Amino acid sequence: MARMRTDHREVLESTDFRHLVRRRWQISLALTAVLFVVYYGYIILIATNRALLSRRIGAATTVGIPIGAAVIVLAWILTAAYVVWANRRYDVEVARLRGRVQGDSSDHADR
Amino acid sequence: MQIADTSLGTPTVSAVVFFLLIVALTLAVTYWAARRTRSTREFYAAGRSVRPLENGLALAGDYMSAASFLGIAGLVALRGYDGMIYATGWLVGWPALMFLIAEPLRNLGKYTFADVVAFRLRQVPVRIASAIGGILTLLFYVLAQMVGAGNLVALMFGVRYEWAVLAVGIVMLAYVLFGGMIATTWVQIIKAILLLFGVTLLALLVLVRFGFSLGALYGAVASRYGQAALEPGGLVSDPVDAISLGLALMLGLLGLPHILMRFYTVPDARAARTSVLYATGFIGYFYLIIPIVGFGASVLVGRDIIRKVDAGGNMAAPLVAELLGGTPFLGFIAAVAFATILAVVAGLTLAGASALSHDIFTHAIRKGAASEQDQIRVARVATLVFGIVAVILGILFKGQNVAFMVGLAFAIAASGNFPALLLSIVWPRFNTAGAVWSILTGALLSVILIVLSPTIWVDLLHHASAVFPLRNPAIVSMPAGFIAGALASLVTSEPGAEAKFHDEKLRTYLGIGAE
Repeated sequence: MARMRTDHREVLESTDFRHLVRRRWQISLALTAVLFVVYYGYIILIATNRALLSRRIGAATTVGIPIGAAVIVLAWILTAAYVVWANRRYDVEVARLRGRVQGDSSDHADR
Repeated sequence: MQIADTSLGTPTVSAVVFFLLIVALTLAVTYWAARRTRSTREFYAAGRSVRPLENGLALAGDYMSAASFLGIAGLVALRGYDGMIYATGWLVGWPALMFLIAEPLRNLGKYTFADVVAFRLRQVPVRIASAIGGILTLLFYVLAQMVGAGNLVALMFGVRYEWAVLAVGIVMLAYVLFGGMIATTWVQIIKAILLLFGVTLLALLVLVRFGFSLGALYGAVASRYGQAALEPGGLVSDPVDAISLGLALMLGLLGLPHILMRFYTVPDARAARTSVLYATGFIGYFYLIIPIVGFGASVLVGRDIIRKVDAGGNMAAPLVAELLGGTPFLGFIAAVAFATILAVVAGLTLAGASALSHDIFTHAIRKGAASEQDQIRVARVATLVFGIVAVILGILFKGQNVAFMVGLAFAIAASGNFPALLLSIVWPRFNTAGAVWSILTGALLSVILIVLSPTIWVDLLHHASAVFPLRNPAIVSMPAGFIAGALASLVTSEPGAEAKFHDEKLRTYLGIGAE
């Protein structure tokens, strides 16, 4: 926009900022890919190899029960992994880049 | 046989007492919240002062409906392992929500998801299209909740269907009208805690009977109903249909207006992120222990009795609660189920009202120039309109099989709202024409394909065979939403939108200038 401040423009075009955005999407798309493999892998396994999931691991317990539970637990672990990365790395970099935009946030609600 | 033993269907003293306690508590919260609800920021977004743990509970509360509590317990009780497959599908959208849209959504928006889609595009057409997608999703969702509520309350308390629907409508309107998002959030928090507590207690009482051994519980299930109860059955026989359902459940979450709206109640992106982690934890825990309740009911109560009380199995959890904890515990669980419905309907109504008032009235009609008082007044009128429509639809659809409607709501959310939302966040070239075509194509195609699917075409309209073979259309309609959005963007040109995309990256990724 015309009234874009120079320090905004500078940060926007800096390699640090571009690198941060690229890194953010690399991490989130990689985690999304793992999630898809885990969940749709489970669904496809049910549809194509019922015998495997029906195998017993106890008196009556089948392999399918811990696998189903593992899908839920893994989904949570992936979420937690993202939060740990974002809190430790992403937020630090965000704070640094925000510092470079003088005057910073709250004083202007761009619209 | 023992069916006479249950006091389900009669308003017992304990059920009524618990019910009145919960309603009194939530109305007290509403009274407190009403005094803090004066601006639109408070009405729609609770003043952006909700803490991450609170928002995590509220998100979980919005998502853990009576259908998932009673429905999945019933499904596990009657169909065994297949119910567990269903439970996993309901959770996996949460990580996807976190990875793909949670933070940009928080940074770019104000009150509704349409704020994000319309952010750098032409307001009027995009607001109207987003409101259509959002309101369609909410209407089908609320209709399913209302019909479910009428049936459940009639079954549990012996109250007439119409009175039950009307009671839900009146109480939840009180929450939303007077207390706005602050009251709705706290009602969700109270309900989520009660639900998590109730289900935990229920699972523990089941496990006590089996010496805290899951193996013993499964053994009992197998010896009574055969090993097949612990193996995948007929639920996932067609992989394409199963994946289509999975896509709708997973990515539909990313287009549910009442869930997305909660991200504006927290102060910043970091709080949004933390609240998703809490929500995923609560919901994951809930779906992990629900099967214990379901298996427990099938062994301790028995499938015959569960089916006799309600053919769909919805009363499995209340029945096992009565068996293990007596009438008081049944009363507690019944009251919690009712509170669950109230809270979910309140959340849906607030989201519907915000689409009508914030997107249609403030931005499409008044072009963003409505006074604060006008906005609040219209928001309350819109709440009333949406609430009354919900009650009328609930009564009109009495006795209809509406189980597919939640599926339809998720399909529209995944095909209409989600593609436009994601494309507007990640694709610079995405423009006004793209957004409108994406939302309308995805939403309308999902509705049309569901009508032509076996669920409606064969089961309800009694035609010999379905025109469209899948029960869930998402695998076709969601790509269609993306393709329509991409094509329409590529054949039209809107240079301003693309320039603004790059300029607003500081807001998207660093939160500079975020509301």
